[in-house]
Amino acid sequence: MDQYIKAPLSKKDIEKLHCGDYVYITGTIYTARDAAHKRMHETLAQGEKLPLDVENNIIYYMGPSPAREGRPIGSAGPTTSSRMDKYAPALLDLGLSGMIGKGKRSEAVKEAVVRNGAVYFAAVGGAGALLSKAIISSEVIAYDDLGTEAIRKLEVKDFPVIVVMDKDGNNLYETAVQEYCEED
Amino acid sequence: MRTIHVSELTKNIKEMCIEANHYLTPDMDSALKCACDREKSPLGKQVLSSLQDNLKIAGEDMIPICQDTGMAVIFLEIGQEVHFEGGLLEDAINEGVRQGYVDGFLRKSVVKDPLLRENTKDNTPAIIHYEMTSGDKVKITVAPKGFGSENMSRVFMLKPADGEEGVKNAILTAVKDAGPNACPPMVVGVGIGGTFEKCAIMAKKALTRSVDQRSEIPYVAQMEEELLVRINKSGIGPGGLGGTNTALAVNINTYPTHIAGLPVAVNICCHVNRHCVREI
Repeated sequence: MDQYIKAPLSKKDIEKLHCGDYVYITGTIYTARDAAHKRMHETLAQGEKLPLDVENNIIYYMGPSPAREGRPIGSAGPTTSSRMDKYAPALLDLGLSGMIGKGKRSEAVKEAVVRNGAVYFAAVGGAGALLSKAIISSEVIAYDDLGTEAIRKLEVKDFPVIVVMDKDGNNLYETAVQEYCEED
Repeated sequence: MRTIHVSELTKNIKEMCIEANHYLTPDMDSALKCACDREKSPLGKQVLSSLQDNLKIAGEDMIPICQDTGMAVIFLEIGQEVHFEGGLLEDAINEGVRQGYVDGFLRKSVVKDPLLRENTKDNTPAIIHYEMTSGDKVKITVAPKGFGSENMSRVFMLKPADGEEGVKNAILTAVKDAGPNACPPMVVGVGIGGTFEKCAIMAKKALTRSVDQRSEIPYVAQMEEELLVRINKSGIGPGGLGGTNTALAVNINTYPTHIAGLPVAVNICCHVNRHCVREI
């Protein structure tokens, strides 16, 4: 079913999200991909404070192409989530409520999603031009030196995603594929 | 002998990097439209319909089709009657990539060292494959390659006894392991034969062949068709969210190999299978 949610995303709102739901997000989300996750991981290991408060927030695994003049952002589709699997459980344990990316997650991430009542969304991979239209503004808030991999604060309106893993650990990549599998 | 100034290559490659990242070739366009029409899964159809909207916006508003504008892979087929002047060929090619990615608002995704990982900030260097051919022309193919699908690619060093079944199983294994990570519906480029590196380059080159064009070798064409049907029965579907369109084509290239070997490379490409070809 179609659902409309606000970001930051409360644990209460996550309860109504189920595997396979088409969800439109409005509000504030943050971007981080490989290099930013590595740096956040090092920051936590040193006992220091992260550049954003992850609690109740959604992280979008995305590194945009440069914006043309007068536009908030360039092409802005999801990157493959599994490369963040090493770092995601610690952020989920700190209260991160949602992740947007594409592709499979590890067992450790699934356990952390269930343990914390979080959610994993997929955005349509390779649809960066279309997805950029749902981003109203973009501002680098940390790690500017990382270029496209910097942490950005995005204001989004009706940003379209699909619930792939809900708070109970149901996984659309497994169930939906079985439904259409016609192998002998 | 025909003399070509290397700046010709710079100019063309700059334009081709920009063109490839905003427009798909007509064969890819129509394959994606057909997939959307015949997809059985409602969610899969919605994903494919989003991809149609995405292509329209990309072309009209000049926003790259995908934010991963790739590492620039360039095939250069150089007629041996051609003489280049005006500088080093490789420098001219990289200058074209630099100008295309900087002036074209494309993402800079290349790091200088694989472990130190400092961004080169202009998407250079390109990956360049040179081939010498007859004549006095230069055929340039620019194929920006995204790494969501590149990371799911594989090389299998099979045994001759594994035969055709072994090859098919290797290809199906690579596709299934790739699943949603490779942004299906994908195009599957395959190289069979040669050596370890030759089969990988063949697989990459196979991705630049039109998706509606089958191999000229009858048994290979048959394998391509059979594998496409089997891949589309896997259920992976558009975006890996379940459905009947997992791949748009399987393109296989072959080459002679050693009596002891059967190398197979599977280079997977997402639905943004970009390439731009020009002859100068």
